[in-house]
Amino acid sequence: MSVIVNEVRGATYFDSIVLMRISRQVAAMAGVEEAGLMLGTPANKDILRDAGILGPDGEAAEAGDLILALRAKDTAAAATAMAVAKRLLDAPRESIASSGLSVTRTIRNAVREMPDANLALISVPGHFAVAEARKALALGLHVMIFSDNVPLAEEAAVKREAQARGLLVMGPDCGTAIIGGAPLAFANVVPRGDVGVIGASGTGIQEVTCLIARGGRGISHAIGTGGRDLRAEVGAITTLMAIDMLDADPATRDVVLISKPPEAAVARRVLARVAQSRKPFTICFLGAADLALPANARAAATLRTAADASIGRTHARAPASPPHAARGKLVRGLFAGGTFCSEAQIVFAQAGLAAASNVPVPGARALAGARDVHVMLDLGDDEFTRGRPHPMIEPAVRDRPIAAALADPAVGVILLDVVLGFGAHHDPAGQLVGVLGKRDSRPLIIASVTGTDADPQPRSAQVQTLVDAGVIVADSNAEAAELAVTAVGGAP
Amino acid sequence: MDARDAKSQDLLAAAPRVVNVGLEMFASTLAAQGTRVVHVQWSPPAGGDARLAGLLDRLRG
Amino acid sequence: MKSIDEANQDALARMLAGEPHLVDVVPAAQAIPALTDRMILHAGPPIGWERMCGPLRGAVQGIAVFEGWAADLGDAAAKAAAGAFAFAPNHHFGAVGPMTGMTTKSQPLLVVENKTHGNRAYCAINEGLGKVMRFGGNDAEVLDRLRWIARVLGPALGRALRAVGGVALKPLIARGLTMGDEMHQRNVACSSLLLRQLAPALARTAQNADELAACLDFIGRNDQFFLNVAMAMGKALTDPACDIAGSTVVTAMSRNGTDFGIRVAGTGERWFTAPVEMPVGLYFPGFSEKDANPDMGDSAIVETVGLGGFAMAAAPAVVGYVGAGRPSQAAAFTRDMGEIVVGHNPAWTIPAMDFAGVPTGIDIRLVVETGVAPTINTGIAHREPGVGQVGAGVVKAPLKCFEEALVAFAETMGTA
Repeated sequence: MSVIVNEVRGATYFDSIVLMRISRQVAAMAGVEEAGLMLGTPANKDILRDAGILGPDGEAAEAGDLILALRAKDTAAAATAMAVAKRLLDAPRESIASSGLSVTRTIRNAVREMPDANLALISVPGHFAVAEARKALALGLHVMIFSDNVPLAEEAAVKREAQARGLLVMGPDCGTAIIGGAPLAFANVVPRGDVGVIGASGTGIQEVTCLIARGGRGISHAIGTGGRDLRAEVGAITTLMAIDMLDADPATRDVVLISKPPEAAVARRVLARVAQSRKPFTICFLGAADLALPANARAAATLRTAADASIGRTHARAPASPPHAARGKLVRGLFAGGTFCSEAQIVFAQAGLAAASNVPVPGARALAGARDVHVMLDLGDDEFTRGRPHPMIEPAVRDRPIAAALADPAVGVILLDVVLGFGAHHDPAGQLVGVLGKRDSRPLIIASVTGTDADPQPRSAQVQTLVDAGVIVADSNAEAAELAVTAVGGAP
Repeated sequence: MDARDAKSQDLLAAAPRVVNVGLEMFASTLAAQGTRVVHVQWSPPAGGDARLAGLLDRLRG
Repeated sequence: MKSIDEANQDALARMLAGEPHLVDVVPAAQAIPALTDRMILHAGPPIGWERMCGPLRGAVQGIAVFEGWAADLGDAAAKAAAGAFAFAPNHHFGAVGPMTGMTTKSQPLLVVENKTHGNRAYCAINEGLGKVMRFGGNDAEVLDRLRWIARVLGPALGRALRAVGGVALKPLIARGLTMGDEMHQRNVACSSLLLRQLAPALARTAQNADELAACLDFIGRNDQFFLNVAMAMGKALTDPACDIAGSTVVTAMSRNGTDFGIRVAGTGERWFTAPVEMPVGLYFPGFSEKDANPDMGDSAIVETVGLGGFAMAAAPAVVGYVGAGRPSQAAAFTRDMGEIVVGHNPAWTIPAMDFAGVPTGIDIRLVVETGVAPTINTGIAHREPGVGQVGAGVVKAPLKCFEEALVAFAETMGTA
């Protein structure tokens, strides 16, 4: 009979990545079924409850408390695991200050220490993110909110307050930005140049900036707006401000705008502002067709096309044709980046192939009840990441879905994204090759690699590792999806 | 260009000076790349006590 | 309408502008006219006999006998329980005292005058180490020493101080900080500097050679002599900031062995109290945590003005002595205290921190927000009266004091 054990530590806070690593280590111990070390916010308690590891002590914890929760096969295993968890938590960590980094405890003191600070990058739990953002705004800083799980109404309110002060709020759920050449959160190393990017998706920004870099051009700035900025409730506040900023920026010549399709009224407002600019815009409302665009704007249905268009490349490069060994079989897309999952669905839809997904784009099917159909999974979606690291940070969480796909005789193609850059695994290609197994008995593996040679994981070497293991590497996520279409006998 | 526009242009005009609140690895990356950054070793205000945190918000400045 | 930040800058400015001078030693009744018979001032926030800890009761009994208000210690205890004595905090009468902090009419008090604002603050003379009244000692040896201090040492110091026109304390402390003192657990440099400055005047104004020798010997053998001077100075510096509307700066931190109390500029004389915490530190051979008395004394007034635990970076040797870690970590303590203050003192700088000024002006908002409580370097007394010091350590001011103060402050501002 499984045993649930909780311990609660008052007023204790640790970096959530540190906690996740400890959770994974404890969960891997003999006899342990599940483990989670999390701050006691309501959202986190939901996660622990859903994972079946929240007991009465954990329920009683407050938002500032740390909950150590686990479920094990018996009392002895639980006690051993809890002792290990506490030891890992209390192990002396190298002092941040000894690493040369300036450290304070409050935003206010950080600004005292660096009076010309102009941007706060906030990655605290979503429950607390807007309060911190307000402190930063009050001190005259622009804000980037990496945190997610921020209520929509709070996003709208804080963006209105920032707008009144002339300050920018990137996010919430903004995973990537590049400002003045500085890589913020999960960004790649790309050359400075004259293409500006405004993106509602972090991985979308990563793909476009890397493709532009590999196309020989550079990025002036990449401004993240967060995934909901184009909702009616928010009204595109950040997008419009970003357009103003890039419009006025002498270093920016071309602008790319990436988002999923917004509601009509918001789209009209944004495009009306685009029309007022003298700079050429590339509009990528992923999958949207028939947009009424102003004269200075052109449409792109995919991230790859948007990157090409922004640097003046118009011809479509013919992708290398893969072997048709997968004709008649199914495609299983296993994506770390939600935007890549959407893009793949769009490519399939345009090729007339039906696909189902846990995050279906308009025209695609939900997963429930879907059978004998191509499946595109966003493994970074909430249902997969509750209490577990995001696959971009910890690729190993993709291992089980990959193993399941490899073992499924109906699957002929596995479609994958591999994302490089700051914050990503130190060797994603190596890690992936480790789980793929022998190539003869495998379905086709088709992957795209988002990154550049200047990244901490140089792209060419990552691509070589995959190619050597028999993986077909496409130039972009869109091209990978097209290759998958061809491989199963469709026409892209 | 009024004062508000000046502030937003300031963000793009030069390398940013960043206050990092939360995940330490973001600050380390920025510092390694030569961006000026101060890391805030954050913990929930007032140890997570919502009432006291609300008071603090009203007593700021 | 001034903002809180502006009021705090005002409070800090008043504290930093003070010019404290040790000017005299006078009998308590003369310094504090309200101090009548059977009035006993003690360390910490207000407390009654029933709640007093062992050492504090021992001291009360001893001082009652010393003043002739009780025949013996037993009689003193009975009278105290019957309400025969009027107890009040030192702080309410412009005074401070270390540990038990007994102040009564016949004792000689050090007088520190703040030349900038004209106010004065008082503290008894440090009795030395070992079995003394500040640790609850009350036997004949303790009382005889107090009599000698009242009859010989006090007046001698008074004559010498008047002869030299007083001793400026700010520059003396600035020097001490460069010599390894933090003015709470380590005062040897300042004690030495003070004695060096006063010795000629002590000699010139001495009544006879034997008394001079005894005074020099007494002061010279007490590494902690300067503590009481530093404490009176702390009170003299903070009193001018005691009543500033809209300010969240702490003007006093103090303990009586049972309660820890703080006062805040914007709420005037109100005490915000919580149970004292147990010091964590190193014990002298033969003693351990089970022998320790809870935290006691007005000496946290030195942390209130940026010294003691706040200036730990100046005294790396203390870090090991108070069991707080490695000497190389001393700067971390001072940096932590920098998170909860309004500013730094340019007159008192720490060489090891590139001459950064000591963090000054504790802001209760920052304490509550960060959960970083002021760190106090303290001696640890034996829980039995009269045994003396059994160790030294660090103790944190209880967060509850600051949380309650914040709520009360918000009410005065109408924003609760």
